[in-house]
Amino acid sequence: MKLPVYLGMLHRAEQELASSFHTVADGHGDEPDVHAACTLLAKQCDAHVAAMQPLVDRYGSQPDDEPERLHAVALPEPRSGPLGLLRDLQDVHLLASFVDMTWTLVGQAAASLRDEDLQQVVTACEAETSVQVAWLTTRMKQSAPQALVVAG
Amino acid sequence: MVDRIGDIWGTRTAFARGERWPVREDLKLADGVAEADVDRWVTSACVLCSNGCGLEIAVKDGEMVGVRGRAGDVVNHGRLGPKGLFASWQGVRNGDRLTRPLIRVGGELVPTDWDTAMDVIVERSKQLLAEKGPLSHGFYTSGQLFLEEYYAQAIVGKAGIGTPHMDGNTRLCTATAATAMKESFGSDGQPGSYSDIDECDAMFLYGHNMAETQTVLWMRVLDRLAGPNPPRLVCVDPRETEVARHAEVHLAIRPGTNLALMHGLVREVIAQGWIDEDYIAEHTIGFTELGDAVRPWTPERVAETCGVDAEDVRRAARIFGTSDRVLSTVLQGFYQSSQATASSCQVNNLHLLRGKIGTPGNGILQMNGQPTAQNNREAGADGDLSGFRNWENPAHVQQLADLWGVHADKIPHWAPPTHAMQIFRYCEQGSIEFLWVIATNPAVSMPQVPRIRRILEQESLFLVVEDLYLTETARYADVVLPAAAWGEKQGTFTNVNRTVHLSDKAVEPPGEARSDLAIFLDYSRRMDFRRDDGRPLLDWTCPEDAFRAWQECTRGRLVDYTGLSYEKLRGGTGIPWPCNEEHPDGTDRLYGDGIFPTEFDRAESFGHDLLTGATVGPLKFRALQANGRAILKTAAYSPTTEGPDDEYPFLYSTGRTVYHFHTRTKTARSRQLHKAAPGAWVELSVPDAERLGIEEGDLVRVASRRGEIVVPARVGDVREGTVFAPFHYGYWDQGRSGPGDRPTAANELTETEWDPVSKQPILKVAAVRIEKVADAVGPAPAPTTTASRPADPAGVPATVGGPEAEVEERPRVTEPPRAPGEGALT
Repeated sequence: MKLPVYLGMLHRAEQELASSFHTVADGHGDEPDVHAACTLLAKQCDAHVAAMQPLVDRYGSQPDDEPERLHAVALPEPRSGPLGLLRDLQDVHLLASFVDMTWTLVGQAAASLRDEDLQQVVTACEAETSVQVAWLTTRMKQSAPQALVVAG
Repeated sequence: MVDRIGDIWGTRTAFARGERWPVREDLKLADGVAEADVDRWVTSACVLCSNGCGLEIAVKDGEMVGVRGRAGDVVNHGRLGPKGLFASWQGVRNGDRLTRPLIRVGGELVPTDWDTAMDVIVERSKQLLAEKGPLSHGFYTSGQLFLEEYYAQAIVGKAGIGTPHMDGNTRLCTATAATAMKESFGSDGQPGSYSDIDECDAMFLYGHNMAETQTVLWMRVLDRLAGPNPPRLVCVDPRETEVARHAEVHLAIRPGTNLALMHGLVREVIAQGWIDEDYIAEHTIGFTELGDAVRPWTPERVAETCGVDAEDVRRAARIFGTSDRVLSTVLQGFYQSSQATASSCQVNNLHLLRGKIGTPGNGILQMNGQPTAQNNREAGADGDLSGFRNWENPAHVQQLADLWGVHADKIPHWAPPTHAMQIFRYCEQGSIEFLWVIATNPAVSMPQVPRIRRILEQESLFLVVEDLYLTETARYADVVLPAAAWGEKQGTFTNVNRTVHLSDKAVEPPGEARSDLAIFLDYSRRMDFRRDDGRPLLDWTCPEDAFRAWQECTRGRLVDYTGLSYEKLRGGTGIPWPCNEEHPDGTDRLYGDGIFPTEFDRAESFGHDLLTGATVGPLKFRALQANGRAILKTAAYSPTTEGPDDEYPFLYSTGRTVYHFHTRTKTARSRQLHKAAPGAWVELSVPDAERLGIEEGDLVRVASRRGEIVVPARVGDVREGTVFAPFHYGYWDQGRSGPGDRPTAANELTETEWDPVSKQPILKVAAVRIEKVADAVGPAPAPTTTASRPADPAGVPATVGGPEAEVEERPRVTEPPRAPGEGALT
C-alpha cells in the first residue's frame, strides 16, 4: 500500500505551505491584508499538520521511491515590490494547489479504505485548503492589472 | 423653548406599540429672526448624520437663517437633532468658505480662476492617460454628495476614464452594511424600516450608540420606552452609552470579540429550539454549516473570550429567541472592528433563523454612518457597478455599457473594485499618480494618519481636493476646487431605510464655488469623454437630467427609482425605494415574502468566504442554487492580530460624540456645538485611572506602535482595560495639516488593517499604553451629557447650551404621517 507515501508527502507539503505563507506574510508586511491572511492561513496549515499526526503515526512512514520528484518545496525568500508580490503569491498558489489535489487523492484512498477517521480529517482540511487556493486567486487577480500594467 | 445642547433628545412624546409616533415639530432660527420674518421655506433634509430627517431651510434676504423639521416626513415626524438644528446652516454659511480655486505655485496654494485650475487638472489627467492609462487615476469621494453627483462621478470614472480605483469614505462608515447584506441576501438593500421601532417588542443594538449617532431615531426609541409596553433593549458596547443605560442586558464585551459573542447567541437560539424550521427549510440555505460553526460557542466559552457574564449571554439570547417582534440595528462597533462582515452577517442569520424579517417590528437595520452613503453604494462611486449590478455578471456589465453608450470592456470589471485602503497603497507605491479627493478629509479620518499624510505629500502624487473648506487634506493639494454646499445646490439623497429626499437650492454659493455635479460635468466636457456614437458621455445640464438618467439605470432593479420625481419628492415626505409602477408610494420593508435577490441573474454579488475574503465566483455560486433563498453564512472566530501586551497593555477604541460630525468642518463652525465639545480627550475607566495615578483632566500621552496623542483624560464609564478617543479632532482650526507638539487626531494611533470582505478599516482595536504628562488645569473638555460623562460628576460642570441653544418644540401639532402601506396592520 502506497498511501503512507502520500500521507508523508502531504504532511510535509503542509509544513512547506505553512512556511511559505509565513515567508509571504513577513516579506510583504506593507500589504496588511496579505500579512493578515497569510498569517491566518499559515496557522490553518499548522493545524492540518497536527490533525494528520495520528494518521501518519497509524499508517507509519514509508520512504519515497523518488523523494526529489514527489516533494513540494517552500518559497525560499520573499521577493519585493508589486511584481514580487504577484510572483510570490503565484508560487504559493502552485504549492497550495498541489496540497489541495493531494488531499483529494488521499480522500479517494480513505473512501476506498472506509477509514472514517481519515475521511473526517480530509473533509475538514480539504475544505480549508480549497479556500486558501481561492484566496490566493482572488488576491492575485486583484493585483495583476496594477502590477503588470502601471507599477514601476 | 428647550436647550438642545443640554437636553439632546428634547421633549418626550410617549406612544404605545402599534401606534404611530407622535409629531414634534422642531424649529431653530437665527437670533432676532421670527418665523413670520422668513421669506421662504425650501424643501430639504438633514445631511449631518445617516438618519435623513426631512426639514425646511428658512431663507431671508437670500441667506439661510434656520431650519424647521417637516412634521409630515416619515423619517423624523418633525424632529431634528442638535447637529441638524445648529450646524446644517451655520456650518456652511460663514466666512471660512473657499470661494475661489487654488493652485500650487512655488510650494504655496494661491487663488486662481476656474479655467486655469481645470486646465491644470485636465492637462495632467490627459498626459497620464496617454502615458500610463486609466490605472494611474484614483478617486476618493464621500458620504456627503448627492445621488446625481455620485452617478456622474461613477460614469466619468467607469465609462470616461475606465479606472477601477474609485471609492468613498463610505468605506470607513458603511461598507460592511452593504457587504453583509450582499452576502446574506444577494444584494445591498435595507430589509427593515424605522417604523419597526413602533412595532417591535425587543430591540438589539449591536455596536450602535444610536443615542449619539442618530439622535432622532433614538428619540423614537425613548418615546416607545416612555409609553406602555416598551420594547426590551439589549446593548452590545464596551462603553456605558445612553443605550446601555436603558438596556435590560448590556454586554460590555472586550473590543475585537464581536464574532465570538454572535456565535454564542446563534448557538443558544438554535440549542433552545427558538428557531422556525419551516422558514429555514423554505427560505434559507446553509443551516447545517452554520450550526456546525457555532456549536463550540457555549455561553461559558463566550464569557471567557468576550469578558462578559455567561448568564447575560443566555438572557440576551432568550430575549431574542422569545420576543414576538424583534428589531436589530448594527453600526460602527461591529463595522469598524475585527471580522466585521462575519459579525454583521450573524445578525442577519439570527433573524433568518427565526423568520423575523420584513414584517412589522421584525427588522434589520444595517446602519450607515453618513447621510448619503447609501447613494454612493447605489450609484457605484464606491467602485461597485451602478444600480446594484454585479461586476462578475457579464449581462450586468453589458446593461451599463448600453446605458452609457460605450463598449463593455471600457467598464472595469476584470477584478473587484479597488477599495480605499488599496487606492492609498497604490498612491504610496507611485502607481496611482492622480488622486481626486472630494468632500472628505483622509488626513484626519483614515487609519494611521501619519502614513496617510506622508502619502498625500508625496511628490509623485498629483492631488486634487474639492471641498467647502481648506481642510487638513486640502493643504496637501496641487489644486483645490471650492464646492457649493448643502442648501446651495439641488439634488436627492437616500437614508438608511431607503427613504429618498429632495434637497432644493435655497441660496447662492459663496464667491465662485460650484456644485460637485457642475464640476464633474465640466471635467467630462473638458476631457472630451464621448460615447461610442460620438455624442458627449454626459450631456446633462441640470441635476434633474442626472436624476432621470439614474432612474433608467435602476429600472427593474431592486433599487428602483422609476416611480419617483422631483415633484413627487416635494410632497411633504421622503419616499422609500423601490418606488415604481407596482409600488407608486414606495416600499416600507423588503423581504416580507421571504424571497431574496439571490437568483444568479439578480444577485449583486456571488459572495465571499467570510474568513479570508476569497471570492466564491459564478460557478460555485450557481452550484449553491440559492435561487431566492437567503444564505446563512459565517466564519470561524479569529482573535485580533494586535492584542494588548506588556508594552501596550490597553485596548484602544475610537468613535464619535453627539455634537460633532466627521472632522468637525461643519459642526465646529456652529458656536453651540463647538462650545459643547471644544477639544479632544481620551476616556479611561476608574480602576485603570487609579492604577496609573491619573485624575480627571490630567494631560496624558496615549501611544501605539504607530503614533501618539496628547490629550486630557476623562475618567469615565468605559470598560476596564479599554480606552476610547473621539476621532473628530484634527488640526484645521490651528491652520495646520498635521500635529504640532500636541497631537489630537485619534487616528494617529490606529492600525492599517481592514476586514477581508468589506475592506472596512479596523478603527476600534489597537494596543496602546498611557502615561501622565501633566496635572489637570481643569476637567477634560468631554461632554457630560453622553457616554463621555465623568464617573464622578463632582467638579465637572454639566454641558449646557444656554440661550443660544434654545429650540422651539411643538409636540403633536398635527397627526403623524403614515409609512407606505401602513394601515393594514393588525
